[in-house]
Amino acid sequence: AAMAWRLPPLAVLLLLVAAAVAPLSSAVRPVSDAHRSVAAELFAASPDDLETTYEAVRTFKMLGVQRDKGLDGKACKLAAHTLSSSSSPAKDLFQAVQIAGVLGCSVDAGVYDDVASRLKAVIKDTDSLLEFYYSVGGLLSLKEQGHSVVLSDADSTFHAIKALSQSDGRWRYDTNSAESSTFAAGIALEALAGVVSLSDAEVDPSMIGVVKNDIVKLFGTIKSYDDGTFYFDEKYVDGSEYKGPITTSASVVRGVTSFANVVSGKLNIPGEKILGLAKFFLGIGLPGSAKDCFNQIESLSLLENNRIFVPLILSLPSKVLSLTSKDQLKVEVTTVFGSAAPPLRVNLVQVLGSDSKIITTDSKELQFDLDNNVHYLDITPLKIDVGKYSLVFEITLQDSEHETVYTTGGRNTESVVVTGLIKVDKAEIGISENDAGSAESVEKLDLLKDTKVSLSANHLQKLRLSFQLSTPLGRTFKPHQVFLKLKHESKVEHLFVVPGSARQFKIVLDFLGLVEKFYYLSGTYDLELSVGDASMVCRHIHNSTVLFGLALLIILCLLQENSFLRALGQLELDLPEAPEKAPRPPAQAVDPLAKFRPQKEIEHIFRVPEKRPLQEVSLAFTGLTLLPFIGFLIGLMRLGVNLKNFPSLPGPAAFASLFHAGIAAVLLLYVLFWVKLDLFTTLKYLSFLGVFLVFVGHRTLSHLSNTTAKQKTA
Amino acid sequence: IQSLTKAYAATPTNLKIIDLYVVFAVATALVQVVYMGIVGSFPFNSFLSGVLSCIGTAVLGVCLRIQVNKDNKEFKDLPPERAFADFVLCNLVLHLVIMNFLG
Repeated sequence: AAMAWRLPPLAVLLLLVAAAVAPLSSAVRPVSDAHRSVAAELFAASPDDLETTYEAVRTFKMLGVQRDKGLDGKACKLAAHTLSSSSSPAKDLFQAVQIAGVLGCSVDAGVYDDVASRLKAVIKDTDSLLEFYYSVGGLLSLKEQGHSVVLSDADSTFHAIKALSQSDGRWRYDTNSAESSTFAAGIALEALAGVVSLSDAEVDPSMIGVVKNDIVKLFGTIKSYDDGTFYFDEKYVDGSEYKGPITTSASVVRGVTSFANVVSGKLNIPGEKILGLAKFFLGIGLPGSAKDCFNQIESLSLLENNRIFVPLILSLPSKVLSLTSKDQLKVEVTTVFGSAAPPLRVNLVQVLGSDSKIITTDSKELQFDLDNNVHYLDITPLKIDVGKYSLVFEITLQDSEHETVYTTGGRNTESVVVTGLIKVDKAEIGISENDAGSAESVEKLDLLKDTKVSLSANHLQKLRLSFQLSTPLGRTFKPHQVFLKLKHESKVEHLFVVPGSARQFKIVLDFLGLVEKFYYLSGTYDLELSVGDASMVCRHIHNSTVLFGLALLIILCLLQENSFLRALGQLELDLPEAPEKAPRPPAQAVDPLAKFRPQKEIEHIFRVPEKRPLQEVSLAFTGLTLLPFIGFLIGLMRLGVNLKNFPSLPGPAAFASLFHAGIAAVLLLYVLFWVKLDLFTTLKYLSFLGVFLVFVGHRTLSHLSNTTAKQKTA
Repeated sequence: IQSLTKAYAATPTNLKIIDLYVVFAVATALVQVVYMGIVGSFPFNSFLSGVLSCIGTAVLGVCLRIQVNKDNKEFKDLPPERAFADFVLCNLVLHLVIMNFLG
């Protein structure tokens, strides 16, 4: 049968571009025992509050983990107490009913009837989305436990919940709040699904069609990362109300999957978005908080069997392949909980090198191992060398009917590291004379054996070291780091980068130029060669099976797939005497931790404050300054100063005194300016006073001049 | 000297007051200079502002004296009150600047 791609061509192109541009993808692995042990740890403390108990009970049920009987008993008691209490809100009743259902607690039938009628009453009276959600959810849970619950007038409830929806697919919490949220949309969809399940008559199909449209609009607000992960997040990020992407996406997954389960026909959601949501929840890895764990596990368990698309995850059990031990490339395609996928084919279509260089493009089909549920491929015929690669896989379902049920994401990219034994060939070390090009005493080094050389040189000679590095496939290898280290007996170290050409790595140390760098220290130097690269790794470090593999680890590392540091031998170096002005070698830290201990206290040098005169001298001179003023006053008295010309008539007299008062006020303002005020305030007040003074002064002085003129003429 | 003293006694009281004022201002300036000579000019701006205020007001006093003196031909038509008003205004401006500079 012809395989018709369900994804539109544009999406395929986008995926190709994404695969080419982003060679690294998140390492997602399906839910495993690691998740179960983390969940056990996070929920270890026996909770006292209802919500945490509810989350714990549901999570362990979904993971299939048995809980301590004592904890279950405590949970049951808590649930029973909540159900019988008449003041419990709808949220508590909902959670208690769920706990009782999961654990199979024994509760009186009468209590359940009472709870059912209370929840129905809430539905009739409320207009808040959360109240609808909890009451409908509680009734649904009761129905699933076998009690007969029917919601009459389901249409009006459906309408009431639907009325809170917004045009962008989000929902409001009640008729009064203005802001809509994606989390509320998820809750609303789940509530609507519950209403449809509980109703006795069929709900208006046109309304269901409108809600399906709302779901499509809601999925239009989805966000994504480059590697094909999709998630929901809220539009507004403010304070206490912000719920975060995990909680929001979990709410939407709950709502959409439960709605898809109750309606006929398919929801119009593309498979890549469902797969993206599954990748998002798996990409969390091992969650850090109990709430995140609950949201992750619940979303994944709902995605495992949902009616829209069941996501199939491609993952690699081991991301490091060793050429030495002829590792096979192993790929697992499973559901999110690790169950077997339907029959399918996995093809390796492309191998990209570290700089997105295409290595191979012929598509190779991976063989399927039924017993271990793993697809495998021998990579030796591909002639892939040591390094980091991106592998592009393509999954095709063998049964075309499955394409409406499962989603695989078409092309998936995973990154691997291929390691192998890096051979060091043609290693030579020797001392040569300065002028001549030919080496005098060249020794061939075999770096695999533990032989150490003993060389001696003086400052007129040169040290030569050369070798070739080759990969298992015979190509020359250029690692990220190739260093030669010379360590003096006094612990002074010098590091040299060994430059590499296309053919070999060679370094020539000319001691004549290095005499000063070596601080004129003669003596024995230890020679060490270190070669390292990101793709020279020990395979078992990347596996989670380090527990048993420790001995294996040591053996395999000794096989030098790993980066290595090799002692080459010793060099007796004879350098001339240090002149007086030569730099001393830096003091070697006897204790390398010394720099983390308290350091010497830093003495700051402040500017020496100016010398100030003695206070008595200053005071004396202040007095002296006032002396001339006193002299002035005495002189005035002697001259017979009088106030005769002061106007006697009340009008002018007032002006005159105001004039003097004004001048006094200005002077007072100046004193205040010096003590307290700033220039701008002073200028402001001065302008007021100045205007006043000008006016008053003019009146006074003109009056005075008139009087004088009158006296003259008279 | 004696003729000088006699002639001086003849000057009108007004002018004598102004003269006395000028002498007072200059004396204050001298005291400040002596002080600075002793203790060093650390807050130099303060020293400058103090000295210049004395000198400035002395100068303004001299201007006033010139303008008020009836024997002065140039300023015959200028009413002394106007001159006094100028004196007051200029002093106020001077002292504003001085206070700002005093620090």
